[in-house]
Amino acid sequence: MLMGVLLAAHVVLLFVHPAGATSPTIDPNAVNIGIVFDVGGRGDKSFNDAAYLGAERAEKELGVHVRFIEPGDGSDREAGLRILAAEGMKLVVGIGFIFTDDLNQLAREYPNTDFAGVDYSVATDSAGNPIPPPPNLAALKFREEEGSFLVGALAAMVGHSKKLGFIGGMNSPLIQKFQAGYAAGVHYVCPDCQVIAQYAGVTPDAFRNPGVGKELALAQYQQGVNVIFHASGSTGLGVFEAARQTDRLAIGVDADQYSEAPGHVLTSMVKGVDAAVFDAIKRVKDGTFKGGIYTFGLAQNGVRYVYDEHNRNLIPDSVHARLEQIRADIIAGKIKVPSTLGAAP
Amino acid sequence: MNGRLRAQLEETILPPIVALLIAALVGDLLILVYGQSPAAVYRLLIQGTWGNAYGLGQVLYKTTTLTFTGLAVAIGLQAGLFNIGAESQLAAGGFAAGVVGAMLPAGIPSVVLLPLFIAAAAIGGGLVGGAAGALKAKWGAHEVITTIMLNFVVLALLNYLTVAHFKVFDTLHTADIRSGALPRLSAVVPAFHGSAANVVLVLALAAVAAAWWYLYRSRAGYELRAAGLQPGAAEYGGVKVSRVWWQAMLLSGAVAGIGGLNFVLGYKHYYEDSFASGMGFLGIAVALVGRNNPLGVFLAALLFATLSQGGLAVNAVVPKQMVEVLQAVVIIAVATSVPEVRRLLRGARRSAAT
Repeated sequence: MLMGVLLAAHVVLLFVHPAGATSPTIDPNAVNIGIVFDVGGRGDKSFNDAAYLGAERAEKELGVHVRFIEPGDGSDREAGLRILAAEGMKLVVGIGFIFTDDLNQLAREYPNTDFAGVDYSVATDSAGNPIPPPPNLAALKFREEEGSFLVGALAAMVGHSKKLGFIGGMNSPLIQKFQAGYAAGVHYVCPDCQVIAQYAGVTPDAFRNPGVGKELALAQYQQGVNVIFHASGSTGLGVFEAARQTDRLAIGVDADQYSEAPGHVLTSMVKGVDAAVFDAIKRVKDGTFKGGIYTFGLAQNGVRYVYDEHNRNLIPDSVHARLEQIRADIIAGKIKVPSTLGAAP
Repeated sequence: MNGRLRAQLEETILPPIVALLIAALVGDLLILVYGQSPAAVYRLLIQGTWGNAYGLGQVLYKTTTLTFTGLAVAIGLQAGLFNIGAESQLAAGGFAAGVVGAMLPAGIPSVVLLPLFIAAAAIGGGLVGGAAGALKAKWGAHEVITTIMLNFVVLALLNYLTVAHFKVFDTLHTADIRSGALPRLSAVVPAFHGSAANVVLVLALAAVAAAWWYLYRSRAGYELRAAGLQPGAAEYGGVKVSRVWWQAMLLSGAVAGIGGLNFVLGYKHYYEDSFASGMGFLGIAVALVGRNNPLGVFLAALLFATLSQGGLAVNAVVPKQMVEVLQAVVIIAVATSVPEVRRLLRGARRSAAT
């Protein structure tokens, strides 16, 4: 009896077809793009959302179709890429360095599909020369340390404190790159300043834990830190909350995060993931896509700091001028920015 | 006699079916709330899992890990211990295997090395589980608390060891194991091409059989279950309950640890930080839904693996959180429907008898 009722209800509901229901069939005439997100997933308001923005813009401006997959555990990354490649996508993008091995393998198996990896890590051979990725795979690399260097210098110049804060998400080589650049920037303008660096955790969850972000930030502000740079995905939302609560400053990451705490966001170290993803999609659509290593640094405007009408009052003109000088020096190669902690002075 | 057998069969089979129907119904409503058609979403889910060889391979891969973590939790529960630490025990087992593999010389046949890898993974996971067991046996520290806390400690330690000492530059994984890698199922069945399913699945099936024999046919297993059902009575009957406790946790951790071989030996051939995040916790659900019976654990692992892989397949039309909600509904439905359906069945039989 009970089973009958349940079964009947289930069967009835199966046949309900809402008006807005979409069918996931692939239009063979359109340019189809597939994107697999990193563990942080959509809604982190930084890294993954930036990739989403780039894809969304491509949908609007270029008329391409984009499909997204959010993976769970370790084997889901390859599975996501494979599902999209098997469906006949023209370009499949993996967001995050952790996709590197999976992308290499898939690019070899599907030579007629284009692949792109944001933060793809380029391996080196025994002589230290970079091993180029497969010909149908574009490695989109960012010089986060260069942008972090600039915001570090800025933080030291306007911080009114010898202590500067850094909060990272998951402790990993990629995030240590932000820390290394930031610390080098701080020490460049203030050699005796101290950088208090803390990480929210050691698992991918550390990129989506605003509670821990807030706790760490409050503790740092209490120690006399006035500016904190976060590189921690949605964990950083807690850092902004702490900045609002204690009336201090925080520096955003990946996207312009001014709106998270207006008046308390000194600047943001913008990583042009959206532009890089859009660019890759555009080249696929135009038929000019080529594999290889693409580096986005200060020179390419792939990383930058935000300076606009929102935060101009927080940054004196003299500081801005000095910052622009440092920026030019980095581009010219006069300042060498370390990308690992070991190399930091 | 015949009637009793039928009653027993009904009580075993009907509750899970009712639970699945309830879950399917809640799924229908969720999909409708999201503005999609339930029939289409379920069709996608089936097509992406059991509907093609690759999807099936992925389901089998996930089933393998979940079988080990599910068995680990089930063994603990049979001894009356709630092991929440399968997550870190699994990682520790994988890490131990990965590090041992990276230090071996190349060219040794897998057959020779397999026992070594099983031992390494079992020791890795067993140390973590055994630590919680020893704390319980010696000082009465509650295993729920210690295993939860050990998750943080062990995962942090593994992350530190990986990042600071063992990682390959610019990645989060250790160097490739030099020998001892196991073949994928696609080597035997070419249709599985590309899927991560590998020979460790056979190991999982063997573990199911071994766990059944241990729990229901061996003296140690009998003591373990007795300690789980009624520790006081077991102690009175001559069972050293505190010894059973730490041994059960040691075994539980070792079984979870061996699950790490699925990724390290069978799939990527290296240990990657947080390679199976969530699979340990999902093992708790697998054990609950499988009612702590080894065969039930395997079937539940298949179900949860299907939902997990299906989440990717339906990701194009509904968010993957929908599948996570569905997994939660299955757990709640099984937990509530088992006693409820039994009560209904017994009530129906009584009224039929009078």
